Amino acid sequence: MIQEPPAVTLPVPPRRLRRTPWQRLWRDHLARTGLIVLALLYACAGLADPLTPYSMHFNDPDLANAPPTTVHFQDDEGRWTWPFVRAVKRRFDPGTFRQLYFEQPDKSYPLRLLVAAEPYRIFGVVGGNIHLIGVDPPARLFLLGSDVNGRDNFSRLFFGAQKSLTIGFLGLIIAFPIGIIYGGVSGFLGGLVDNVMMRVAEAVMSIPSFYLLIGLAAILPPGMSSSDRFALITVILSLIGWAGLARVIRGMVLSVREEEFVLAARAAGLPEFVNIVRHVIPQTASFLIVAATLQVPSFILSESGLSFIGLGIQQPDASWGNMLKAALDNVNDLPSEPWLIAPGLLIFITILCFNTVGDALRDVLDPKLQGTA
Amino acid sequence: MSVPIYILKRVGQAVPLLFIISVLSFTMLKLAPIDPLAYLKANPAISRSAIKAEEERLGLNKPPVVQYGIWLANLVRGDLGVSTTGGSVFILLMQRAGNTLLLGVLTVFFTWLIAVPAGIWAGVNRGTWIDKLFGIVTTLGMSMPTFLLALLLLMLALGTGALPIGGLTSPDFFQRDAFGQMLDLARHLVIPVTVLTFIGLAGVQRQMRANLLDVLRAEYVRTARAKGLPERKVIVHHALRNAINPLITLFGFEFASLLSGAALTETVLAYPGLGRLTLEAVLTKDMNLVMASIMLGSVMLIAGNLLADILLKFVDPRIALE
Repeated sequence: MIQEPPAVTLPVPPRRLRRTPWQRLWRDHLARTGLIVLALLYACAGLADPLTPYSMHFNDPDLANAPPTTVHFQDDEGRWTWPFVRAVKRRFDPGTFRQLYFEQPDKSYPLRLLVAAEPYRIFGVVGGNIHLIGVDPPARLFLLGSDVNGRDNFSRLFFGAQKSLTIGFLGLIIAFPIGIIYGGVSGFLGGLVDNVMMRVAEAVMSIPSFYLLIGLAAILPPGMSSSDRFALITVILSLIGWAGLARVIRGMVLSVREEEFVLAARAAGLPEFVNIVRHVIPQTASFLIVAATLQVPSFILSESGLSFIGLGIQQPDASWGNMLKAALDNVNDLPSEPWLIAPGLLIFITILCFNTVGDALRDVLDPKLQGTA
Repeated sequence: MSVPIYILKRVGQAVPLLFIISVLSFTMLKLAPIDPLAYLKANPAISRSAIKAEEERLGLNKPPVVQYGIWLANLVRGDLGVSTTGGSVFILLMQRAGNTLLLGVLTVFFTWLIAVPAGIWAGVNRGTWIDKLFGIVTTLGMSMPTFLLALLLLMLALGTGALPIGGLTSPDFFQRDAFGQMLDLARHLVIPVTVLTFIGLAGVQRQMRANLLDVLRAEYVRTARAKGLPERKVIVHHALRNAINPLITLFGFEFASLLSGAALTETVLAYPGLGRLTLEAVLTKDMNLVMASIMLGSVMLIAGNLLADILLKFVDPRIALE
């Protein structure tokens, strides 16, 4: 009698063992946190107009250098109420030569949501006048105090983010093509041209970058419009970033073009230039992605440093660097006015997130480890 | 290739490099629309002819190419020229270089003193809480802008009154005895050295940890363990010696940035160093001073790389200088 063969129970087919780089990046808790925080920061920058109580240029000259507006949650009898603020008056104390700020107790101004106030156009396209939060004048909602011109620090942080956060990516858009083309051409041509091109790149890298940065920033004429200045600072940042990249790309081109698949393409009659563009340059992709993620924070840092010493984005435009300059200008009052540090903390958080994501991305894209996890 | 010939060859390569750097920097500075004599012209008490004479003295009335030629010829003769404020650039640089060097050397000393043992410790105890703690500290250090940390420490110093803020010496410095002067200097150096050390820690610690982890996987470490050597001996005698090569390259970079790496910190902390001098010189377009500063920084960078390569040769005889 023929026995029925025992039923073979196939092991449960494994779920896809190999995850996409994106999935692996998302599984890393630190990287995921970094990505979420960055997304929030960029969203705040993009939607600065409706999210903030005031515009970038709104100022109340009677309330310069004011401390953060106190938001009351309890009324005078100690009962919990809808949050409200009070109008603040400034008085000069001739005894201490200080400005003193007093709340006017006579009237309270409730916090209002989705309030119609200054009109704006998001990205110059979508118009509106609804602000997420606000109070009726003459009371002011200066959540992080006001600056020397009586402008709202809290709102300006959002508008500063627009400049500080985009400059890193704009710098990449200029620096990376230069670096890739320069390094690619240098590695492709070889010989004397390669030698000369690399010496020039080395010369750029041998100038201490901070000196190069301030030297180039000093070229910008003082009277130029703020958008021109923003564009040129981006160009300056990329003029510093391209050389190191070009050297690495050249090295990769030189080594990859000796690989067998490139030799095969060459043997099949592909012209050398097409071969480089189609087969060699794509091999540098994972390096480029990681390098880009780590280059953005260094551009952001350079812009902040430049604006911080007064050579970058100029007043009245806001950038985190030039807002932090207020902290340096009032350094003796810093212990009593700690909110002036806020732009610096935002720079720090942004760079921290980019570095975390960049580190995780490097682990994920490292070709030696690919396919193992 | 023997070491002296190798050094000669590298110095020979550096000369054209420095020439390109000087041309690039000179062009860059000439493009800036700042008038170096603006402060004289704004003063109504200074006559037209005096300004003319000053232009003549500084060579500002000649075409840029001629100006560059004069600067280069002077440089070859060892003359760095005069600053727009009248002093010799060489003397100005020397006055400030000492301060910056003091800051730089102390920073490198403390950075390495902390980072190398921390890196070894983290590498040996990989994955433990101590490793993770160092990981967090270095991540923070890598992401912290120097100017923010300097401001935070200034805030702390002001709040507690424990440390002096800014500068390098107190007003009564010269009335103190030698010990008092030392103490005063040390107190002024605490904040700048802390800032730069904290920022510099990350690179060295991570490199040390990564090297050690690489080496600990090597066959000869397994052999050493297999023959029963105590773990301490395995780490110190077998692993560490092989793990320090990349650190020497890093040391070359640190040397290179001794004179130019602290510029922003110096500016925030009002430290009388080269970086702040250079920043002020750029802002007033003090050509000779800026050019000298940039060239000095570049020479340090090239020298740092050369130093690293030669040290590597001494540490690891397998490396061939070519």
